Amino acid sequence: MRVKYVLSEVLVGLWRNVTMTIAMIITMAVSLTMLGVSGLVYNKVADMKNLYFENVEVSIFLEPEVAEEQRTALDGQLRSDPLIREVIYVDKTEAYERFKDMYQDAPDLVSAVKPEQLPESFRLRLVDPEQYRQINEQYQSVEGVDQIVDQSRVLDKIFNLFTAGQNVALVAAIAMAIAALLLVANTIQVAAYSKRREVAVMKLVGASNWFIQAPFVLEAVVAGLVGSILGLGALVGLKVFLFDGALSTLQGLFSPVSWGEIFLTFPIMAGVGALVSAVTAWVTLRFYLRV
Amino acid sequence: MTKTYPKASRPSLDNVSVSIEKGEFVFFIGPSGSGKSTIIKMLLHEVTPNKGKVIVNSKDVTSLRSWKRPHFRRSIGCVFQDFRLLPNRTAYENVAFALEVIGKTKAVARRVVPEVLELVGLGGKEHRYPHELSGGEQQRVAVARAFVNRPLILLADEPTGNLDPDTSIEIMRLLDRINRTGTTVVMVTHDSNIVNQMRRRVIEIESGRIVRDQARGVYG
Repeated sequence: MRVKYVLSEVLVGLWRNVTMTIAMIITMAVSLTMLGVSGLVYNKVADMKNLYFENVEVSIFLEPEVAEEQRTALDGQLRSDPLIREVIYVDKTEAYERFKDMYQDAPDLVSAVKPEQLPESFRLRLVDPEQYRQINEQYQSVEGVDQIVDQSRVLDKIFNLFTAGQNVALVAAIAMAIAALLLVANTIQVAAYSKRREVAVMKLVGASNWFIQAPFVLEAVVAGLVGSILGLGALVGLKVFLFDGALSTLQGLFSPVSWGEIFLTFPIMAGVGALVSAVTAWVTLRFYLRV
Repeated sequence: MTKTYPKASRPSLDNVSVSIEKGEFVFFIGPSGSGKSTIIKMLLHEVTPNKGKVIVNSKDVTSLRSWKRPHFRRSIGCVFQDFRLLPNRTAYENVAFALEVIGKTKAVARRVVPEVLELVGLGGKEHRYPHELSGGEQQRVAVARAFVNRPLILLADEPTGNLDPDTSIEIMRLLDRINRTGTTVVMVTHDSNIVNQMRRRVIEIESGRIVRDQARGVYG
């Protein structure tokens, strides 16, 4: 009977103040969506870092007039370096093959370049791609080395961009969460006010605190849960229309977002939404009803 | 119980010490602002004294934790000048509400509520809404609600303040009947007629001090 009473009070409460309820749910949904997006971006960045850094190369280009013994010396040094996993030597002919491959859309450019003009190079795979700086310091001054190019430096810039995007989503999530919080507090106050007679009688006859508070707290929790369901819908929409739709041409660039990952964010969103609403409602009631 | 309750410029109750026995019927009288309501609020644990103790049913409630207050309240029934009924519920539902929110089942309510409504003289009017009842009848519903849980103490804060003399006397008869069941009745009032007719213990308070405590007293 008490459960039924509490549940019917929750529904009546949400309906009585339906505009506020909707506002509360929408802000909650946007906030939780942002939270979900930032969580997904965080995951993706970690995934992509693994993926990209796996294949990342440090190239040591040699001077055009490099001496044979300089090259052999460098080769030996590289092969015995514990930081380096793999060393591939690319001579002028192979460099030319790679060049032709890379610029096959521009035959004019290819025909203007001769194999002798391209520098020889060592392509290195590092044990830990983040340690490229040490490679740079160690080999920059070695004789015969012209230039050291590290792909991960470029990647770092890209990843910084992702991280910035993630931070923006997080800040937006927090800002919306504050708005949602205030709306929850306000809605609960209005609900408590509209039931002030009942609450006064309940306090008078000695109804327990949880019994007085439960309908209000549950009202907020229901709104939080509905908000998280809408947030899940928004994430699904983002995947279908943005990721698989408009951005599908960039698929090779990003690691794909799976359905599993999207649905895994739901428990987090629902948990955060419900918990934040419940705590807010409870704190509001403590001040407002002084129960 | 002894209690001092300093508030604002002068204490609302200044070193007041009163002892009320179980089953007594006591009037608190005195001008507005004399501290009568503060006594009621202390008995309800709505305010706590700054000095001294409030002892109800041989338990010290001064230091009662606020989360224990609801359970404590169940041993005290309350009636007010303004009835405090829920306007969108019938007489029956108003009384049943008080039972249901402290966890009693609907079956218990179905058994007990008609009984207590009969006791207060509202048999046959269970399904009227407050606005369909006279002032006196509304106060009877309030008394029924206060008494339905068989409290040890019934607090009445000017229960006849809104009623005409004849109706007031009926309410007093009702309170008297409840008192005879062994329930302690503590009533705050301005109504000299009633005090004079009942000839019960009268405690007069002025500026936070007891100026008179008289068994079988009159309004004075």
